[in-house]
Amino acid sequence: MELVAVVKRDCETCRLVEPVLAQIRGRAPLALYSQDDPAFPESLGGAQDDTALARSWRLRIETVPTLIRFEGDKEVARIAGWDRAEWERVAQQAKLGPGLPAFQPGCGSKTQDPGMPERLALEHGDLTLRSRRIEVADPEDAIEAAYDRGWSDGLPVVPPTPLRVAMMLSGTTRRPDEVIGLIPPNLSECTVEKAAVNAVMAGCRPEYFPVVLAVIETALDPKFSMHGLLATLWFAGPVVIINGPIAKRIGMNSGGNALGQGNRANATIGRALQLVIRNVGGGVPGGVDRAVFGNPGKYTFCFAEDESDPEWTPLNVARGFKPGTSTVTLFHGDGVQGIAAGRSRTPEGLARSLAMGLAAVCHPKLAEWAGAILAISPDHFAIFREGGWRRSEIEAGLREALRRPGKDLVYGAHGVEEGIDPARAGEMVDKFNPGTLLVVRAGGRGGLMSAVIGGWPAQRKKAEVQPVTREIPL
Amino acid sequence: MSVETYHMLDPTAELSSERRARRAPPANLEGATIGLMSISKERSREFLDTMERLFTARGLKIARFEKPTHTKPAPEAVVQAIVERCAVVVVGLAD
Repeated sequence: MELVAVVKRDCETCRLVEPVLAQIRGRAPLALYSQDDPAFPESLGGAQDDTALARSWRLRIETVPTLIRFEGDKEVARIAGWDRAEWERVAQQAKLGPGLPAFQPGCGSKTQDPGMPERLALEHGDLTLRSRRIEVADPEDAIEAAYDRGWSDGLPVVPPTPLRVAMMLSGTTRRPDEVIGLIPPNLSECTVEKAAVNAVMAGCRPEYFPVVLAVIETALDPKFSMHGLLATLWFAGPVVIINGPIAKRIGMNSGGNALGQGNRANATIGRALQLVIRNVGGGVPGGVDRAVFGNPGKYTFCFAEDESDPEWTPLNVARGFKPGTSTVTLFHGDGVQGIAAGRSRTPEGLARSLAMGLAAVCHPKLAEWAGAILAISPDHFAIFREGGWRRSEIEAGLREALRRPGKDLVYGAHGVEEGIDPARAGEMVDKFNPGTLLVVRAGGRGGLMSAVIGGWPAQRKKAEVQPVTREIPL
Repeated sequence: MSVETYHMLDPTAELSSERRARRAPPANLEGATIGLMSISKERSREFLDTMERLFTARGLKIARFEKPTHTKPAPEAVVQAIVERCAVVVVGLAD
């Protein structure tokens, strides 16, 4: 029989059991390890130095003090913290610690300090990262080194050290070597590890990582047509909308400035997708990315929907998911166009007003062409709600207000060459194909305004290019 | 972490593409089959019809191809068919 105890000086309970350890060692072989100070405990002449935590890691110590009994090489009993009856059972000794309280909880093992499990997993081979390691002579140059290698979208990236990548991987239970898909345009395999490397560079926290993985997988859905979206001349890039409890859990912004800067989760999740396309897929401006202008959302474009009003049916529920499901929706969007509509006080009038803003998507004379996102502000939604309109009435009202006589839209009508096929002059024509206008609720209070995010003309090929919503596996 | 051991992990797919020289254009089109591929965008076909008329008028051989949608890359089978049959190819854009 051999007894092993792991302690640290910086733990009141470890100091409390010092006389108990002396008692035990007087009667049986006891190997003693200290995580922070090998001089502790002084009354026993110190302990074996485990400040590198190798022994603690292999023993899977989570709390100190921990007392373990081995028979041969086999662990047969363990107690963490101080509990007289349990210590007596594990040590097989009676009358331990007379005068001590019967019980006192232990302290956290240093192996559980933030970042330490990942560091130790890397050091001891429990986590193997396969990506090529690039040595940087001076950490100060790491960001410049990333620029030099073409890894950046133009903004500084967080240097993807093995430790940071290991911590990112702690955000998922998926194996690092699992292939999540082929990233366009090069159709290169993307492993969970490569996604983690890019998520680190984008600035994500580990708790965002399940969302990042879901966003990448959604972008790879053939219906989304990520290759075409990258290659297009048009402004558009992937716009990410997050629904469900995950958005709050990771602190996403759905309120004031939801489409703007300043929220880490919004900013970095959208950026992680773009960095994966760039670095794993090889999709870069001037290469397969042929955008004439692009738009600032191609750095990152990600926000959460505001689901706080029970009268509002969230986007993912409207698209067939159960309430309370966390989802990602990907849309092919360009920039934001504001609509000022401050004078409407009825749902009908407001729908007509918002429709005028939506009519300009792509071109006022194009119809059944690009889709759009309409983000309705809380103050605009209040007008709809007070008038008894909910999602379905709003969508129907917008559709009605957006229908135009074909004769106003055909080539040449109103002196403008752009337009639709003259064969449709006698029809009433919808602005949007079914399913390509996504109405969401977002933004802060205090403004009678809403936002249009125009879509991508390829959405007119509705069988080939669609917005895609997927559940985020948690 | 010490300065000597500062490492970053490569975020790329770690593939290096082979750089191949462009094939020299044929000296003339005599006897060659010219592939005309529509990308299926609006007016792609009209453009290629015009090309076909002009080539045919000069006594040249034409083979027409089309990918199913301009929103996605051409399927491998279409690319292979062009490679097998044609000496040169014109890809029809649109707009």
